[in-house]
Amino acid sequence: MIEVKNVNKSFNGRQVLRDVNVIFESGKVNFIIGRSGSGKSVLTKCIVGLLEVDGGEICYDGRNFSAMNQLQRKEIRKEIGMLFQGGALFDSMTVEENVGFPLKMFSYASEKERKERVAFCLERVQLTGAEKRYPAEISGGMQKRVGIARAIAMNPRYLFCDEPNSGLDPQTAIVIDNLIREITYEYNTTTVVVSHDMNSVIEIGDNINFVNEGTIWWSGNREEILHSNNQELNDFVYASDFMKVIREKLG
Amino acid sequence: MTLFNHIGKYFMLMRAAMRRPEKWGLLLRMTVQEIDKIGIQSVGIVSLLALFMGAVICLQTAAQIDSGWIPLYTIGFTVRQTMILEFAPTMIPVIMAGKVGSNISSEIGTMRISEQIDALDIMGVNSAGYLILPKIIGAVVIFPFLIIGGMFLGIAAGAMIGEVAGVISFADYEVGIQYDFRPFQVAYALIKTTVFAFIIVTVSAYTGYYTRGGALEVGRASTQAVVYSIVLIMITNLVLTELLLT
Repeated sequence: MIEVKNVNKSFNGRQVLRDVNVIFESGKVNFIIGRSGSGKSVLTKCIVGLLEVDGGEICYDGRNFSAMNQLQRKEIRKEIGMLFQGGALFDSMTVEENVGFPLKMFSYASEKERKERVAFCLERVQLTGAEKRYPAEISGGMQKRVGIARAIAMNPRYLFCDEPNSGLDPQTAIVIDNLIREITYEYNTTTVVVSHDMNSVIEIGDNINFVNEGTIWWSGNREEILHSNNQELNDFVYASDFMKVIREKLG
Repeated sequence: MTLFNHIGKYFMLMRAAMRRPEKWGLLLRMTVQEIDKIGIQSVGIVSLLALFMGAVICLQTAAQIDSGWIPLYTIGFTVRQTMILEFAPTMIPVIMAGKVGSNISSEIGTMRISEQIDALDIMGVNSAGYLILPKIIGAVVIFPFLIIGGMFLGIAAGAMIGEVAGVISFADYEVGIQYDFRPFQVAYALIKTTVFAFIIVTVSAYTGYYTRGGALEVGRASTQAVVYSIVLIMITNLVLTELLLT
């Protein structure tokens, strides 16, 4: 479980996050949704420690991450897996080397054990056979799957996914969504997904947090989001014609 | 204020880069790769420059001492002094700042904008140490060898062109290159080169590491890497010469 307590963050006097309080439960797919510029990316970067918070606490299963020094944080970072929007694969390494990188850096497993783990992770994301290819030689959807394989290589307790479906066709997006859900339930990870994609939210979101004006404006599950009376949330959720049709069908 | 900000960030980055590596074996492997990338792959351009510069210095000196008052061996002496004191230890690093510096800056800058450095940080890898330290060690190790090679080639090219063009015989040239030879001058050249190698890698890594934006900014960082490196090489050259030779 990740707890975010009264987190504030400003840039050059402009407050981007104000008193953010949210809990991301383990074994569930927790979504952060919101308009562009609402502060959801800053919130995610604060949670994973890429940005320092101005005030408040971020606790990973009771461990106050924001109060730790870099060395102490390192231990928690080893429990974090992250899928980046652009994949963020190391382009000088093959798919196999990318997935095996965290193992090479932090585990004392033998080469054989590492190779077995890499093969298992690639099989898990249905990419067996792509081991020797470079990121530039595979499609965007495959890059995302390699990113997931790399993220789960160290058996993470916390999985972060930044816009996992951006730039993907609907079918591939469903494959990625299903993978995220399966991994979350299978390994009981605390999964946090940042997304604009309402299809994903409705499909796999267990807990949904709507960020607006730098704070958590609304929280609920996927049933509640479809029947909410919150005007700002509804403006965001039902912005597309597709979602408007769903609303009409829901009455 | 901005200058102090840059200086502070530079030293903080260097402190992070010098932290104890995650795995020594990995550092060693990456250092060997950097030696190849920075040094071995630059042998061609360094050799070409040294050969032509040595030959040109020989011909130019010969043209200047066209009177009987100055002994011919002065040509060999001048080529040796120029190659050892200035051309090899300073001009070759300036050229290398263009080749290696822009490469390092654009490599790290591209990793920054494509979130690869963020990925390293989130995994708990010391990204500064992982990316920069092998390059620093690689450059500091290989630059002196390149420079010594450059010195030899430049002096040899001077001898060859002098003989072929008929301006000085091998025998006179040999006297010149042995005349008043002070081994400390080679040590001075190697000290300068090592410092310049450090400047090129760290300044280029700094501009790349703090790149923000897109392809345009990567290009800008790459240009800044070359310009700042050359300016710092020139200033440091003056300071080191004052400290070591006068």
